[in-house]
Amino acid sequence: MSTTTMIENGILNQHLIDPEICIRCNTCEATCPIGAITHDDTNYVVMADQCNGCMDCISPCPTGSIDNWRKVPVAEAYSLADQFGWEALPPELPPERLAAAALSSDAAGSAEVEDLSQAQAAIAAVAGLASNAGETREAEFRSAAFGATVPPWSAAHAYTNLYGPRNPVSAAVVGNINCTEAGFDNETHHIVLDFGAMPFPVLEGQSIAIIPPGVDANGRPHVARQYSIASARNGERPGYNNVALTVKRVMQDHEGQPVRGVASNYLCDLKVGDAVQVIGPFGHSFLMPNHPRSHIVMICTGTGSAPMRAMTEWRRRLRKSGKFDGGKLMLFFGARTPQELPYFGPLQNLPKDFIDNNFAFSRVAGIPKRYVQDVIRERAIDLAELLRDDNTHIYVCGLKSMEEGVVLALRDVIVQAELNWENVAAKLKQQGRLHLETY
Amino acid sequence: MSNIDYSVKIPNNVDLSGDRTLQRALESWQPNFIQWWDDVGPEGSTNHDVYLRTAVSVDPQGWAQFGYVKMRDYRWGIFLNPADQERAIHFGDHKGEKAWQEVPGEHRANLRRIIVTQGDTEPASVEQQRHLGLTAPSLYDLRNLFQVNVEEGRHLWAMVYLLHKYFGRDGREEAEALLERQSGDENNPRILGAFNEKTPDWLAFFMFTYFTDRDGKFQLAALAESAFDPLARTTKFMLTEEAHHMFVGESGVSRVLQRTCQVMNELKTDDVAKLRVAGVIDLPTIQRYLNFHYSVTIDLFGADQSSNAATFYSSGLKGRYEEGKRSDDHALHDQRYKVLEVVDGKLQEKEVPMLNALNEVLRDDYIKDSNAGVGRWNKVMEKAGIDFRLIIPHKAFNRQIGALAGVRMSPDGRPVTEQEWQTRKDEWLASDADRAFVASLMQRCLAPGKFAGWIAPPVMGINRQPVDFDYVRFN
Repeated sequence: MSTTTMIENGILNQHLIDPEICIRCNTCEATCPIGAITHDDTNYVVMADQCNGCMDCISPCPTGSIDNWRKVPVAEAYSLADQFGWEALPPELPPERLAAAALSSDAAGSAEVEDLSQAQAAIAAVAGLASNAGETREAEFRSAAFGATVPPWSAAHAYTNLYGPRNPVSAAVVGNINCTEAGFDNETHHIVLDFGAMPFPVLEGQSIAIIPPGVDANGRPHVARQYSIASARNGERPGYNNVALTVKRVMQDHEGQPVRGVASNYLCDLKVGDAVQVIGPFGHSFLMPNHPRSHIVMICTGTGSAPMRAMTEWRRRLRKSGKFDGGKLMLFFGARTPQELPYFGPLQNLPKDFIDNNFAFSRVAGIPKRYVQDVIRERAIDLAELLRDDNTHIYVCGLKSMEEGVVLALRDVIVQAELNWENVAAKLKQQGRLHLETY
Repeated sequence: MSNIDYSVKIPNNVDLSGDRTLQRALESWQPNFIQWWDDVGPEGSTNHDVYLRTAVSVDPQGWAQFGYVKMRDYRWGIFLNPADQERAIHFGDHKGEKAWQEVPGEHRANLRRIIVTQGDTEPASVEQQRHLGLTAPSLYDLRNLFQVNVEEGRHLWAMVYLLHKYFGRDGREEAEALLERQSGDENNPRILGAFNEKTPDWLAFFMFTYFTDRDGKFQLAALAESAFDPLARTTKFMLTEEAHHMFVGESGVSRVLQRTCQVMNELKTDDVAKLRVAGVIDLPTIQRYLNFHYSVTIDLFGADQSSNAATFYSSGLKGRYEEGKRSDDHALHDQRYKVLEVVDGKLQEKEVPMLNALNEVLRDDYIKDSNAGVGRWNKVMEKAGIDFRLIIPHKAFNRQIGALAGVRMSPDGRPVTEQEWQTRKDEWLASDADRAFVASLMQRCLAPGKFAGWIAPPVMGINRQPVDFDYVRFN
């Protein structure tokens, strides 16, 4: 199977069918192994949030109409409704338009969730489709193949796509604090948004997207930016209709060149009382288990901690009510320095018998660099014990570069424990117990 | 007796080498098939190396292998879509029961009849098209014709496999007979009327592959729902190949229209005589070809009321098009459907039990699908700024089968007298003069990248090859 890269720097290489050439023979729909192609009485179309670029449909097509691609900003993917209405393919977007979108994505940096699955969720939101957030499908990166596409059996039902780009909901900022130590680089904010009387039900592990106001250098509205929810399902403040986000202020791009992330700086600069346009929620598989014997292993870096904070907080609240005595939490959290680690203080204050914290710092002077996978290997014996238990669920969130190392470390742990990696990995995936969300 | 190594020469996923009875049966049928191909297959093509798509397995990577092949050596494979052991019958009186892996005795005769009728159409179209290679408008078109031919041949193999594997001696005799009947033969014609019509020119070929191969799509789709699992799996795979045939027709007519419109705009005329002198096929002639092929093809669906159709459905032999996507009870006992009839010289609708009208249901699905493609053809004229639109004739026009057989009707659905029909039929159906004119344009044009003057080049080549690719090499 050959594959094509679908998303790069916030630009989707969208798979489309040329309606002028297509003869509606149904071959592509019959061939597609994941059901990403559908049709109405007019056109055959590819669902942008489903297609993984496997190319299985390409050679069987008798017309060549199937082999068409358009580069579009992820949030502007052509929806099914768009495609059903076409008589011809739309023209290519001008390069400067794509460059602007890519720059905006790049500038936003790691503070924003930009992996394929989340991007697919954004596409789904734009396209008005069922969301697939949490699914990890990028076949080029092998570790992604181990991620589950289904939630744990005991997960609560998630609402998705209640608000799209054409009908965003307005939320009010009710809190905005720096949750890393002041004065250090890579300042990260904990931002609380309140939805007032507007329905916005969320679960831990889901995400929302923010539309920054104004227009870009080309006079076009900014694209929506996605962030994982950092608060528990009943609100950052329990009983109120609010959610928290973990937003890193981006001041330089991946090459270290100075650049201001559009959405992250907008959010970090918000004042209490400001209004924000929100779409979502997204994600229906990166969800936590809810049965009392379930264990959660959380592996994250930087703002990848947001969903882990949400799950931890929900468990903390439940624990206070006497539930989840048996369920264990184990956290592997990486950052460059303790000062840059979001929520470092509050995390250390949690009872040791409630959460097993493991930190890895990669830029502390005088100390050898340690990454989360190093700590995972150090804790192999305890992890192996958890991995033998079918009640254990693993969540990985952070920079894309961590994913492969983490999955390889998990494999080492399993092999060392004399378990069969293939069997365990297959079971974890099938049962919705290993979730990868990297960007 | 052939000493063909089936595991190499006949790609298959039916464990041919593990079934000696079947292998022997096919070994004795195979030389007759080759003889048939040599006798009535594509004329004068034995030594051509043709850039063909060959299936070597049913997965997406396996069934679309491109390369130069001599048609006589084409790997006529036997492929069934992968089996689903849990598959259940999803319509008719056996709904919910497990699909059949063997032929139930009580349905044997009907199933054999269905398979023979389908099988009979496959070699028929090869016979109908055998001379077309001599007048191909380009290498690209020649290759497409040959691709259609070899796939029809493979479809014949698919049906013959079912006959040999599941119908014993009867099946072997029927398989022989498939090679003995011949399209247009007065004494031993093909079973269905449309397959005895001539396909004398490329416009007829394009119309045939658009309309008649589309009938194939709908028939195969209905059989792909069958409770007899081997038939369902075989026809499901055949459907993927049928697509190319429809593509040849749809894009072929579209290119003819495009070229005609181009010349109309260059000459700034819609005068038929001037356009014919300019060497393109005028739009009214194209409409008359369409009227003929459409009306002949919708007869293929059979009588509008048929107790056989009801039996086939209720017993699970043949479903409806996209049966699995429909939301009714899939038994249809209490449902009704409207069919047309003529009373006192006037057309009127009559409600009948849907089970008896299933031929009409399938015909109506087909009409909808056909019509959509005609709409796409009309975009060619629309784009060229030419005020002419092709129209699908009325369902009752020029029918030979069912309640509408022999009813004299204009293309727009107006009952006409026999006298008016005789006076105007050349206005509505391609006349001898039309066919003679089209035939006069049929000159072979075989330089790579060159196209006969009556047809525009395609938008893109096959398998992403350039349009001027050397699609057929002559040795």
